[in-house]
Amino acid sequence: MIQKFDAVEKEALESLEKEQNNDIPQIYVGCATCGNATGAQSVVQTIKNKLEREGVKAEIKEVGCIGMCFAEVLVDVIKPGRPRISYQDVTAEKAEEIIDSYIINDDHRPDLALGFFGEGGPEDVERIDTGDVFKNQQRVILKNCGVIDPENINEYIARGGYRGLAEALEMKQEGIIGVLKDSGLRGRGGAGFPAGRKWESCLKPQADQKYVICNADEGDPGAFMDRSVLEGDPHSVIEGMIIAGYTIGSSKGYFYVRAEYPLAIKRLRKAIAQAKEKNLLGENILGTGFDFDLEIFQGAGAFVCGESTALVMSIEGNRGWPKPLPRPRTTEEGLWGKPTLLNNVKTFSVVPQILSKGANWFRSIGTEGSPGTAVFALTGKINRSGLIEVPMGIELKKIIYEVGGGILDDRKFKAVQTGGPSGGCLPDDKLHLSVDFDTLVEAGSMMGSGGMVVIDETTCMVDVARYFLDFTFEESCGQCVPCRQGTQQMLEVLNDICEGRGREGDIEHLIELGESIIKGSICGLGQTAPNPVLSTIQYFQDEYEAHIKDHSCPALVCKNLIVYHIDEEKCTACGRCRKACPVEAISGEKKVPHKIDQELCTKCGICFQECPERFSAVERLTGKENLAAAARGRLTDV
Amino acid sequence: MTNSIDDIADEAKVFFITGSNTTETHPVISYRIRRAIKNGAKLIVADPRRIKMAENADVFLQLKPGTNVALLQGMAKVILDEKLYDEDFIKNRTEGFEDYAEKIGGIDLNEMAEITGVPAEKITDAARIYAGSDPAAILYTMGITQHTTGTDNVLALAGLATLTGNLGKRGGGVNPLRGQNNVQGACDTGALPNVFPGYQPVSSPEANQKFSEAYGAEIPDKPGMPMTKMFKAALEGQIKGVYVMGENPAVSEPDICKITEALETMELVVVQDLFFTETADYADVVLPAASFAEKDGTFVNTERRVQRIRKAVNAPGEAKSDLDIFCDLGQKLGLKGFNYSGATEVMKEIGELNPKWKGITYERLEEGGLCWPCLDENHPGTPILYGEKFLTGSGKAQFKPVDYKPSAEAPDDEYPFILTTGRSLYHYHTGTMTRRSAGLSDLYDMEKALISKEDAERLGLNENDRVRLTSRRGEVEAEVKPVSELKEGTVFMTFHFAETCANQLTNSELDPVANIPELKVCAVNLEKV
Amino acid sequence: MFKVTINGLETEIEKGATVLEAAEKVGIYIPTLCHHPDLSTFGGCRVCMVDTDGKIVTACRAPVADGMVVKTDTEEVRQVRLSNVELILASHNEDCQNCTRNNSCRLQEVSAFVGINQERMSRIRRSVEPVKEDDSNPFFHRDFTRCIQCGICIRTCEEINGVAAIHFAFRGFHTKVSVLGDKPIKDSKCESCGECVVRCPTGALYLTRPETPEREVESVCTYCGVGCGIKIGVRGDRVVKVDGNRDNEVNRGDLCVKGRYGFDFINHPERLKTPLIKKDGIFVEASWDEALDFIADKMSDIKAKHGADALGGISSARCSNEENYLFQKLFRAMGTNNVDHCARL
Repeated sequence: MIQKFDAVEKEALESLEKEQNNDIPQIYVGCATCGNATGAQSVVQTIKNKLEREGVKAEIKEVGCIGMCFAEVLVDVIKPGRPRISYQDVTAEKAEEIIDSYIINDDHRPDLALGFFGEGGPEDVERIDTGDVFKNQQRVILKNCGVIDPENINEYIARGGYRGLAEALEMKQEGIIGVLKDSGLRGRGGAGFPAGRKWESCLKPQADQKYVICNADEGDPGAFMDRSVLEGDPHSVIEGMIIAGYTIGSSKGYFYVRAEYPLAIKRLRKAIAQAKEKNLLGENILGTGFDFDLEIFQGAGAFVCGESTALVMSIEGNRGWPKPLPRPRTTEEGLWGKPTLLNNVKTFSVVPQILSKGANWFRSIGTEGSPGTAVFALTGKINRSGLIEVPMGIELKKIIYEVGGGILDDRKFKAVQTGGPSGGCLPDDKLHLSVDFDTLVEAGSMMGSGGMVVIDETTCMVDVARYFLDFTFEESCGQCVPCRQGTQQMLEVLNDICEGRGREGDIEHLIELGESIIKGSICGLGQTAPNPVLSTIQYFQDEYEAHIKDHSCPALVCKNLIVYHIDEEKCTACGRCRKACPVEAISGEKKVPHKIDQELCTKCGICFQECPERFSAVERLTGKENLAAAARGRLTDV
Repeated sequence: MTNSIDDIADEAKVFFITGSNTTETHPVISYRIRRAIKNGAKLIVADPRRIKMAENADVFLQLKPGTNVALLQGMAKVILDEKLYDEDFIKNRTEGFEDYAEKIGGIDLNEMAEITGVPAEKITDAARIYAGSDPAAILYTMGITQHTTGTDNVLALAGLATLTGNLGKRGGGVNPLRGQNNVQGACDTGALPNVFPGYQPVSSPEANQKFSEAYGAEIPDKPGMPMTKMFKAALEGQIKGVYVMGENPAVSEPDICKITEALETMELVVVQDLFFTETADYADVVLPAASFAEKDGTFVNTERRVQRIRKAVNAPGEAKSDLDIFCDLGQKLGLKGFNYSGATEVMKEIGELNPKWKGITYERLEEGGLCWPCLDENHPGTPILYGEKFLTGSGKAQFKPVDYKPSAEAPDDEYPFILTTGRSLYHYHTGTMTRRSAGLSDLYDMEKALISKEDAERLGLNENDRVRLTSRRGEVEAEVKPVSELKEGTVFMTFHFAETCANQLTNSELDPVANIPELKVCAVNLEKV
Repeated sequence: MFKVTINGLETEIEKGATVLEAAEKVGIYIPTLCHHPDLSTFGGCRVCMVDTDGKIVTACRAPVADGMVVKTDTEEVRQVRLSNVELILASHNEDCQNCTRNNSCRLQEVSAFVGINQERMSRIRRSVEPVKEDDSNPFFHRDFTRCIQCGICIRTCEEINGVAAIHFAFRGFHTKVSVLGDKPIKDSKCESCGECVVRCPTGALYLTRPETPEREVESVCTYCGVGCGIKIGVRGDRVVKVDGNRDNEVNRGDLCVKGRYGFDFINHPERLKTPLIKKDGIFVEASWDEALDFIADKMSDIKAKHGADALGGISSARCSNEENYLFQKLFRAMGTNNVDHCARL
């Protein structure tokens, strides 16, 4: 059987060699959704046209996301014998320039370059893979993302792909589970349940049919880890699922992908077809007699369908509602009542490597309790947002200040939110904490599936809590009272607080509600929905109190609690704010300091942005006194 | 019914529903069946219309109206060919299997498929499902019986049940769902021309003597005239007076024109009812009767269960219960034995004369209903018939093969459509009661002739277009509604609405044994007006 | 049998029973809103929460375990229940006086039990979704402001009569019981059997003519041959309501639209109230004596002139056994077997 795979691999390498001409320049364009959204497709087209016009030979490869989303569109060029140079913020014009300068004329354009990978790059360009962005990273799950052409199975095989499957097919089921258990792999969907144990509990029951489901219903706001893996390295997930099918004795797998991920779906379709062609999927895989087929099920985008039982209901054609406890385990009675193994995209994608490199290799990464790596979508008020993969156990500080390059505009860090709407906010004094499943939970947040939002001093924590709660309120499935009514109630209270109608006792009310919702809700969505509120109250109670007692928003965000005012002393009557005001609320003439009519002002903030920094005459004021004065039209008296 | 609702609903593994629009005509039984199906029971539905029950069916057989025998014999053929029958049952409890097998064996399944319009594969599927799970219950209604071949249809069904050993056991049986609240009871108590209470034939000397003595009269030993023949006889001058109790033949009978003509010719027409019905127009005397809520008594339901009704309110005005009216009339006619103190005493007399009801008393009925036969005061009643023996000379079930015969009237160039009639969930019979409920009329306020979408397109008819339906007997105007539940060439109407009375069109041809009219098949034409 | 201790009371109950059933057995009240004994469990209202061996669970779903210790009145249980009921009330129509279920409402009962108080409720932000009432059905209306999304109607429609005309639609706080396409219920496949109305714990599904009977009389439905047991609700000398008789073995309380709502004919003004005799083509009111004498004379006359077989009797499948019996007796005593009824129609 291994021989059979060796033959497949050999053939893949051979055809790759035929396909690829390493004597000409290789051009990689980051064409995941993030790249496409910033114009990668038109860059690809421009490059193709340009090359043709110029009669220059070069290979163009549409690759997945390498993680440096802050620099999209990314175009990487490898000239024969040279290291890979990355160009950032590439537009169609810049692409033409790069071809002219570097490919045709050999000027590597340090002004456009982000850096280079590997050894021996030009001295006037930074080396990326040992720089801040990558030195703290360890790319295991993302190792192929942005590196291979995801639509070419041969490239995946060339980088060791499907060898894990071949090896698994030589092993006994219990053996595979043994390796997984030894590796300490925990599910990457958020809760961190030990994968080996889950697979084992799905192997045990006897059934005429079992199912493998890949949960790709990534729904947290700001999270795109799973999407990137599916777009950048679909075969790794497919391989993991085939191994799972073999291990538990299943012949049918489903990808549950949200329909909002069309590119991921397209690439998965292609990958499935290619794997079938090579007899790595389908009937009688590699001649072993083992059959396994994969189907893609497009979810309609309900957040709650990421919950395993709701997901199963959805595939069955029912309303996507979680099953209340007590209920049979999905591993015993899942899809269509059959034993079902459900794991996250990243969990499946790392399995082949664990099998080919061994449990010890995996254990050598990360911590004792949480081996391996963590993938985060790093976003928010941070210099380098993007997709990162770090070993478990790394300090939060390192992620934010080194990988992420610190806070945008050198402002002050306030909090980091992990775990999306189910997670919590951690303040400055928790930045020493290490990232792993257990530590974050202890601190009042969670790993979640990998969203990490950095918050700075210009963000109001009550507003952040309200934002996440609005999300869970909208996404609550409506089945149980605590979540359906409770999130609405909490949201109403938060709206009141943010809009100056907060009441004495609201903080206690929120805490009490939060605790009841956690205890009373059916599923993880409800049980974690209050976390953003409770953790912000825990760490930023003063902000809540300021809102309630003084009607003051310290971060100057909550519209109803701030007024715009022009400082007469500072105003030079330049007129910019007056011209920009969309509601003509600003009056003033040349040399006469301008004034804002509070009755007309809609607090859009344009005047504040327009006022040149050197004057800084437009200011935002908050608090009961200012609001009252503004209402009286006598703000200057204060 | 040979069985009870409970045992069928709880234990049948297969339901074969044919000629019964159960969800509309017997809704509460349909609830039970749907629950059973949810719990894993299988369902076969055979009907010319894609009725609601078909949604739940494993196999739906949309046969041409009037081709039941062909369908059922086709199923029997498959069961025989594939040896799916119950050998033990056939050996121990039946007779005539060889002849039956020979006859059915000679049938060509493809020919049956041709006649019924149901593909042979579907007939085969249905046969396998019906014979493949044990027990299997047959449920049928007027779609089986209201044909000139009604008796044959029932015999063919009985053949299937006998073949598969589905008689005399829980969850099986051949179960006609009776249409009216007390149609079973009216039969049981002798409101039939050929039998006394308890199905004791008037022609039996012992029975005749028993009843003649009890009633103090000389009762003829020749069966009387069935209702379906009375009106024809009236036109021929044989019947001079008719007493109509709680009936509305001027709407419900087939070929209405003949009925009204007959009513007009008679010397005496008495109508006794809750309301002034269409028939009352032709009456010489109209008597106000009490409704079910205004009197004591008993009804027998479809599973032969005798249950108590109780007086809840007083009848309006001078209206009286039918029982009181007959006591008075009997005395006025100088008949003996019409001075009862009430329903209890009448029931006592029934028990004395009908051995199957001997054990049924009002006292016992206080505890709940009793299924007859109930032979004495300690007898628990008989929810399931034929557990030990059949009511034949030998006590064994007899196979009676029948031949497919076409309906009396086939569509032709002049009348190219088949009209089949039925009922709606929201109305009851001629609507005397239900059309006086504002809510029910609100939900279903007028009759529409249902036609297939294909026919509608071909004839250029849209919903709510008015059409004239004509048959050899009469004509009716109604709005049409194109539906997908009908096959081409079929028209469906209910008979709840006197103003669009489908029975102007229907055929009064009778089944030769049961005297039931062929209300389910007649040839009609329709044209836009 | 499992041994279970609930609030110190010991009981034995079979394996597979729920904590709620065990509590019922020892007579301990556990508040529920979405639970109904006829239906599968839902577990959405979360007011039946109890403490089992230190864990908070829904009593309606949690199976008993041997040796389980259940506490129904811990601080935590009280808090969770109270909070859930307060949340339901926060979006429930406050006007109980104008509700047909005032005093027979499960939400009122449960609210009283968990102890709603003004001070706590004053913290709650009330917001009742302003969804318009569905008044399309003549027998019952749907008031969404009183709906608590317990799903009992939905499960009834699916599990009791298998119609499945209604289901939850929309999401989260906007969840609503709806028919396909969110149309009025009259335009759905609803069969108006009213089983959902019977089971609705609040006034969300209410009868358009909600008269409470003074007394009830057990009887049998007069429509089809199923023979469902009913309870006729009477007020004065009027029939105001019909309910299914849960003790009747035929229907166990189930009814269809005609049986439950089609009783208007009983009190209908068009009912015949006196005998009528046709004189010169016109019907005139007559006394019973006149009418019966007329009939008796005519019948005797026909029998004398043409023989008894010139008479025909059409009896009725709508009338009682006793009446059918007397009818055939009368005709047979007259000397004819010309008796039949509508069995064939």
